[in-house]
Amino acid sequence: MKPKDVSILIVDDEPSIRNSLAGWFKMDGYKTEVAEDAYEALKKLQENNFDIALLDIKMPEMDGIELQRRIKEIDKNIITIIITAYATVETAIQAMKDGAFDYITKPIDPDELSRLIKKAIEQRRLIAENIMLRGKIEELQSLDEIIGESPAIKKVMELINTVAETDSTVMIRGESGTGKELVARAIHAKSKRRYFPIVTINCGAYPEGLLESELFGHEKGAFTGALYQRKGKLEMANKGTLFLDEVGNISLKMQMDLLRVLETKKFTRLGGDKVIEADFRVISATNRDLEQAVREGSFREDLYYRLNVFTIFLPPLRERKSDIPLLTYHFIKKFSLSMNKDVKEISKEAMNLLMDYDWPGNVRELRNVIERAMVNVKGSRIEVDDLYFSISSPYPKPEGETLEDVEKAHIKKILNKTGWNITKAAEILNIDRVTLYNKIEKYKLRK
Amino acid sequence: MPSIYIVPAWLEENHDLEFLRLRISEVFRKKTVIYESKKIDFHSIYNPSRKQYNSSQFLIQLLNNHPKDALRILGVTDVDLFIPILTFVFGEAQLNGIAGVVSVHRLNNKFYGLPENEELLRKRLIKEAIHELGHTYGLVHCLTPGCVMNSSTYVEDIDEKSEFFCSYCSSVIRG
Ligand SMILES: [Zn+2]
Ligand SMILES: [Zn+2]
Repeated sequence: MKPKDVSILIVDDEPSIRNSLAGWFKMDGYKTEVAEDAYEALKKLQENNFDIALLDIKMPEMDGIELQRRIKEIDKNIITIIITAYATVETAIQAMKDGAFDYITKPIDPDELSRLIKKAIEQRRLIAENIMLRGKIEELQSLDEIIGESPAIKKVMELINTVAETDSTVMIRGESGTGKELVARAIHAKSKRRYFPIVTINCGAYPEGLLESELFGHEKGAFTGALYQRKGKLEMANKGTLFLDEVGNISLKMQMDLLRVLETKKFTRLGGDKVIEADFRVISATNRDLEQAVREGSFREDLYYRLNVFTIFLPPLRERKSDIPLLTYHFIKKFSLSMNKDVKEISKEAMNLLMDYDWPGNVRELRNVIERAMVNVKGSRIEVDDLYFSISSPYPKPEGETLEDVEKAHIKKILNKTGWNITKAAEILNIDRVTLYNKIEKYKLRK
Repeated sequence: MPSIYIVPAWLEENHDLEFLRLRISEVFRKKTVIYESKKIDFHSIYNPSRKQYNSSQFLIQLLNNHPKDALRILGVTDVDLFIPILTFVFGEAQLNGIAGVVSVHRLNNKFYGLPENEELLRKRLIKEAIHELGHTYGLVHCLTPGCVMNSSTYVEDIDEKSEFFCSYCSSVIRG
């Protein structure tokens, strides 16, 4: 961090002290702001981001200790340093317990002050680096979990690469467990926005009012319980990507609000009137039939078109079964590392079981099955007995009661085996191509 | 003619600042004049509990009493200066302003109980004067080794740096 990238807030009720501190830091090239009391400080903190806050411990109305607590609620990563006179060292110790980085006593040795600020900046850099690293690890994980050789998944990877470079709005469609969030992260990680955050919000997980405040943030007192101002996810996603998961589940009122934000990139926090601008790319995901929802009137058509500029369909696992071995070995390797186990393979019988299963929970379910198997496994090879299927029976469900069920499953199996090569599949099934087409239509089989 | 004014504000001895005047006129390429001001009131800026003089208030007094054609004004004193938050300062300046102050008090070997060294004292004073005037040109502390805009907390830091601007800082001074 260069000094000019470091901003320092100085809070002291004594003008000569805050001005001399500000002057001192300016000479060192830092950006500084001063506040004469806690209220002014909190206001400035809500308008700007600061790296370091220097707080005088003794101030009328709200002292430095209380101010520090409130600052930490707004941004827990701000480095706070307490300024104290000798008489109040005990309170300074309380401030340290509350998370102050350090405290200094007046008058300060210039060298001590410079050293302290350098140390604080280093700490700040480490925090930022950690946050970035954590993000990077998640991204890397996402990148190496989109795995497969099947035409269907290769197509998805191609689309990710194409769309990542553009700044286009993307909608990811697919059943749950197919890895929609991984795709969103992969797009973000390959885009020019990758040095900024990807902020995920699961629209299905909040009741309407809360979703609003999650997205837009709120001002202090916007509703009961809104004790402090809070930034919303839209603001946090500035310069980065906003990932709206389960976007099909939001209320009509929220759909309208969201549409307005996507069109203007401007909004206000709940209970506030300051217009905030944020520049973010939107990626959304849903497992709902949105076209149906539009027809029914439960999803706004204009929002649908806004979100659906570029679509990526994620195939369910049962339609890309040729990827199961690759995925299985990937998960074995991954869990071997994280569980510190030396498992290298899976028996042929166990693999057959995985291949025959229908995977209603998709890749996520496969991952869970392998994870459990890795816990159970005794030797270096996963056996049939190690496999437990979480959703239905521990074994693949019977191929069906009726003859039609059996026929449907068999045709599907052959189609998948041949990679949907109709001629080959017809040959194996010993029927002609037209008959096969008719059966595909009848059973509504899809790649 | 617009000039840089050096304002001696000694309390005890009368120093000859001709060497400083010459050096500053060379470095900043401006006419430089020594200007005696009767209006600096040191009693009002004395802090008896600290036994030191408030450097910011010295700066303000200079600003309130400078000649009309002053490009820059540099107060030079031998009293011990402080700013409220710090135990002491060698000097202070307005960033992007016109005024700066320096004190020889802690530049003098005498202060550290060492044998006096007039030449060393002059060198230190030149460096600190150029440094403070550098701030008035908008320069902040520079990390280039040896540059006169390096920040110095101890007198040894002053001895370590040169009295010259690095190429970046000098480009700022030259405009
Ligand atoms: Zn300086
Ligand atoms: Zn320099």
